[in-house]
Amino acid sequence: MDPDNGVSTLEPATSGGTKSLRSSALSHRWGTAFLLTPPLLWFFVLYVSSLVLMLITAFWSLNGFTGNVTHQLTGANFHQIASGSYPAIIGRTVLLAALVTVTDAIIAFPFAYVMARVATQRAQRLLLVAVLLPLWASYLAKIYAWISILERGGALNWTFQHLGLPSPNLGFTNGAMWLTFSYIWLPYMIVPLFGALERIPGSLLDASSDLGASSWWTFRHVIVPLALPGLVAGSIFTFSLTLGDYVTPLLVGGANSTLIGNAIYQNLLDGGNLPLAAALSTVPIAIMVAYLLVAKRFGAFESL
Amino acid sequence: MFLGIRRGTRGRVAIALATLSLTSMGVTAITTGAGASSGLTPPTAGMKAQTSIGKGEGKLNLIAWEGYAQPQWVKPFEQQTGCVVNTKYAGSSGEMVSLMANGGGGQYDLVSASGDADLRLIYGGDVKPVNVKLIPSWKQLRPFLQSPSFNTIKGVHYGVSLQFGPNVLLYSTTTFKTAPTSWSVIYSKKYKGKVKVTVPNNPIQIADAALYLSKSKPSLGVTDPYELTQTQFSAAVALLTAQKPLIAKYWNLASDEINLFTSGTAVVGAAWPYQTTTLKAAHVKVEETIPSQGATGWADSWLLAKNAPDPNCAYDWMKYITTPQVQAEQAVYYGETPDNSLACPLMNKLQAGSCNAYHANEPDSYFKSIKFWKTPLSTCDNGKTDCIPYSEWTNAWTQITG
Repeated sequence: MDPDNGVSTLEPATSGGTKSLRSSALSHRWGTAFLLTPPLLWFFVLYVSSLVLMLITAFWSLNGFTGNVTHQLTGANFHQIASGSYPAIIGRTVLLAALVTVTDAIIAFPFAYVMARVATQRAQRLLLVAVLLPLWASYLAKIYAWISILERGGALNWTFQHLGLPSPNLGFTNGAMWLTFSYIWLPYMIVPLFGALERIPGSLLDASSDLGASSWWTFRHVIVPLALPGLVAGSIFTFSLTLGDYVTPLLVGGANSTLIGNAIYQNLLDGGNLPLAAALSTVPIAIMVAYLLVAKRFGAFESL
Repeated sequence: MFLGIRRGTRGRVAIALATLSLTSMGVTAITTGAGASSGLTPPTAGMKAQTSIGKGEGKLNLIAWEGYAQPQWVKPFEQQTGCVVNTKYAGSSGEMVSLMANGGGGQYDLVSASGDADLRLIYGGDVKPVNVKLIPSWKQLRPFLQSPSFNTIKGVHYGVSLQFGPNVLLYSTTTFKTAPTSWSVIYSKKYKGKVKVTVPNNPIQIADAALYLSKSKPSLGVTDPYELTQTQFSAAVALLTAQKPLIAKYWNLASDEINLFTSGTAVVGAAWPYQTTTLKAAHVKVEETIPSQGATGWADSWLLAKNAPDPNCAYDWMKYITTPQVQAEQAVYYGETPDNSLACPLMNKLQAGSCNAYHANEPDSYFKSIKFWKTPLSTCDNGKTDCIPYSEWTNAWTQITG
């Protein structure tokens, strides 16, 4: 993790050349090293090393009496999270993150398509502002708004009652979490998808229809494959944001709404059990690494 | 307790964030009398407490629960003593313990720790002995709060008691025509589908279950709900796991519970007197009671950091904060019970009926029915070391609610 090593590998290979050329290459090299050192130091010292420390901590344990961390390697924390309710918590979190991602993709696709390819330029700008506007509001205010919509005396039940339908009583359930997450993260799906759809050259669509393809065929075999990187990029946001959240479950969740983030929060901030919290933190990291590897195969990083 | 709650309602989301972990805040068990933790001596027990209060250092750095350092009582203190108060608000007991690492790090002087954090701080060597003779109003504290086992070990004080409150049974009078006499209403399967329950999202809830079991299943031999053997602990966890189908929501903020009762999502649950007062003021039909098994409660203390840089200002603060008038102001502001027995009439002056509402005038028998929060440690009072420590409580709680 020596930052200088990191720099040297990034240097361009110098080829022979004249002495003056070489010295200019040398000063160029130093300039690059100078410019790259602060961000690389930041990256390795603060970012990577804290992650590594966390991984090591996951193998430590806690002294039950003083509550201090004991620096003795053990796999007990991982054994813990493979038993009891933890697998269910992890499964629930992943399932919810996947559901939210699919929901957002289904809502975002037609919306982004209209924005990118149908709307006039003026309408496009207005729609973009409309999508981004909620991001300016406090995340908590939005969650509280959903509480007042979904709770027993809330707007949703009221509407259903006035339509003569049974009350859905969605307040404080996993369904409420699903709705809230889908709403909060929607802009993160629309924006990359919009970018990807906008970049599809109109000529490809013209060519497809000139060659006799139906609009469904064009959609299926031209638009979707070209928009896929945007879709996957958006899904990285919606999936990882849901995976790490712990505030929404606290506020809109019910009795069976603990997510990985809550389990980490509780063990760390309440119990002071740093090792167990660290071990739990490796779970979303592992899930996201796997997810990103798959996303890379779909070319998601070209759309970020 | 806790704020967002008190002044802030749902609209005040910023406060809500700061207080998200409210229920995870602490409370410790005051077992009346001395429940000296067997054998072990706190690392700082030998340190000599100061014998006089010198000239103030001009500043005082506090770690406090939000609402514990309000301008209405901090400003007069600053004027009287010349100690400028800087407050760092903590969101949970765990955060307080982290902030107090290395005896307050030479930065902090006092922490308003709750019972579930006190013993961690004392046995972690982060706080040091306090000379209560320098605090005149200490004698006015209710007797059981002068040397409670959560902040006094073997006669050595590590701080001074502040405020407390019971965890009462709150119920809707529309559903329950008469007051429930047992906590079984929040545990029993026979109420499944009939009543929706809400309890705090806090591992210390395991002690509530243990307290219930100490009466309903005497064969388990639970004597102290914070000192549980593996068998007793498993029984409490099993009771809470079985309770889960009855739960509408594990509440995190006092305002959560107020909403649940207002909307009828929950009709019975564990609560603080603050919720009862707020709901009644909003004309929601509720009452509170302490069932026959008794109740748990929280109790906070100001503990003195081992490396406090401003010890004289810290003593000035402990002197000031325990006086009847300041006790009354904080109790009314926060919705909790003052430790100073002379605060009651002053509370009523600030807010009519508040002394009664926050139980400041109850007889000793009432307080004896409350088992105050304390940190579960692996050492038990009976000298054995087979009790379940707090880290396992949080782990179990995560699994119960998960």
